[in-house]
Amino acid sequence: MVRTERLTPARRRAARGLPPWWVLAAFLLPAVALYTLFIVYPLFSALQYSLYSWQGTQRTGFAGWDNFAHLFSGVYGDRLWRAFGHNLAFFGGTMLVQTTVGLAFAVLLRGTRTGRRFLQTAYVLPHLVSPIVVGYLWSLMLSPQFGAVNAALRAVGLDALARPWTGDPALALPTLILVNAWQWIGFPMLLFSAALAAIPPAYEEAARVDGASGWQAFRHVTLPLLVPAIGIVTVLTFIGNMNVLDLVYAMQGSQGAPAGATDVLGLLFYRTAFNNPDPGAIGQASALAVVMFVFIFGISIAATRVLRRGEARLR
Amino acid sequence: MTTTLRPAPAAPPPPVRRARRPSGLHVGDLAVRLLLWGYAVVALAPLTLMVVSSLRPEAELRADPLGLPTAPAFDNYARAWVDADFGGYFVNSLLVTTGAVVLGTAVSVLAAYVLGRYAFPGSELLLGYLIAGLMIPIRLGIVPVFYLFDSLGLLDSRLGLVLVYAASGVPFAVFILTAFFRQVPGELAEAARIDGAGEFRLFALVMLPQVRPALATVMLFQGIQLWNDFFFPLVLIRDSAKYTLPVGLTAFFTEYGLNQSLLYAGLVITTLPLVVLFLLATRQVVDGLTAGIGR
Repeated sequence: MVRTERLTPARRRAARGLPPWWVLAAFLLPAVALYTLFIVYPLFSALQYSLYSWQGTQRTGFAGWDNFAHLFSGVYGDRLWRAFGHNLAFFGGTMLVQTTVGLAFAVLLRGTRTGRRFLQTAYVLPHLVSPIVVGYLWSLMLSPQFGAVNAALRAVGLDALARPWTGDPALALPTLILVNAWQWIGFPMLLFSAALAAIPPAYEEAARVDGASGWQAFRHVTLPLLVPAIGIVTVLTFIGNMNVLDLVYAMQGSQGAPAGATDVLGLLFYRTAFNNPDPGAIGQASALAVVMFVFIFGISIAATRVLRRGEARLR
Repeated sequence: MTTTLRPAPAAPPPPVRRARRPSGLHVGDLAVRLLLWGYAVVALAPLTLMVVSSLRPEAELRADPLGLPTAPAFDNYARAWVDADFGGYFVNSLLVTTGAVVLGTAVSVLAAYVLGRYAFPGSELLLGYLIAGLMIPIRLGIVPVFYLFDSLGLLDSRLGLVLVYAASGVPFAVFILTAFFRQVPGELAEAARIDGAGEFRLFALVMLPQVRPALATVMLFQGIQLWNDFFFPLVLIRDSAKYTLPVGLTAFFTEYGLNQSLLYAGLVITTLPLVVLFLLATRQVVDGLTAGIGR
């Protein structure tokens, strides 16, 4: 995904006519300055904040690992692990529903000519809508009394299936996962479509000539070639789900109702940083940010490494 | 591409001359088509319901959440726009999004040009530095951003949002644009040099027009993301007169939570510009979403 290329002949040729350093600097400086000041510097500051103890916005002294220890102990520790578990469930559920269905639709759409463009547009449209809008829209539709979902179930005689979808602690998280999948399904579908388009149809045709069924040809020829794309989708889904916040905030509020059954790391971080009576909140919120950063960025980098090695083997 | 997929590999290997087989006659084909169109309904029904409900008066909506509008009630929109201040949120979103997209793309295209065309000591490293942000959850820097803004007087300001948003767009824009600048043939630059063009003229008059499609993709994709963003304005903006649409919505839902038709109108106002943009530029949006795959 993040890929820096080696010097191509064209670039080497261009290098001979390298402009003076101040011209290069003039081109590079605005982007480097903006990005460093507002993205990189804050992330490093968070690391620094996490190592100090705080009284409100006053830094009071070096704290060592205290803020981190506090994260994993007592009530806060329980909330942290619960939120982490919900994020993992979110990731697992999303992979299971959204990625498999997205892949299936991409494959089926490849073989469809009539209305393919319309179908693709229809699947992608929810992805463009703000997660906040999606959350509020679904919370209106899932409302127990006036919601369209229960009304639709009753209309077709399935009264028994009508539920307080987002109010029942056992149902709330699975409901959120499905709503999230509804919004995101077009994304893996598009990525898989692009990857499929890059695979010459002759490969599958050759397998068919050798007597493979359609499924066998897909399973043993196309699917292995899709592994890099599946890997990229997995990494992107992971990053997205570990950061999920907007949808949950809109549907279940900043506390992850009911009774924390839908609390996720993003909400916990937001509450710790900006909705916290504890005078040491800055240190603790920063420590949580550091832990999340190391976890998310670390796993993404490691996964991308493995992927690239796998990709190299395919060539 | 006429591959038909069968649900199960039960039958013996089918004959292979696929191209000659008339499509649309098989049970499998029918099932596939039913599935695909069925899911299109699932994908579109909630959005349709949103639009339809926004046109119905509250009493009707309560009596029957699934009905059609009897007489379209546009006054929901008028009330949302004026009373609930969606007009103001809309203008704020427009200002912040356009400002950030223009600034972010401008600085990125300059950097991408140099990084895509020239190799100099540290150029690879610099490129890696700029695009590392693609995999970094930048939200986690929000606490320091909050205090940085506080010290710079940018808290509760739309300019502050523009700056942090523009910076957040740099990794993606540099990533895409560098790849495009690499593909521009070197002869073009050489010809311009022989004609005596300096580096800045070469960039503006020769190179920039070459990457126009990529620029459109980058700007559109950035615009969609920023228009939808919720977290930064939630934390950095306190004055409700400066709310963007997503944050305005949360205030609106707390205040008017019992008036569903008004809420639906607010949701449509927030969503409409993106849908219009998407329908006008599907190709470009798809390119943005699939950037970096299958290349």
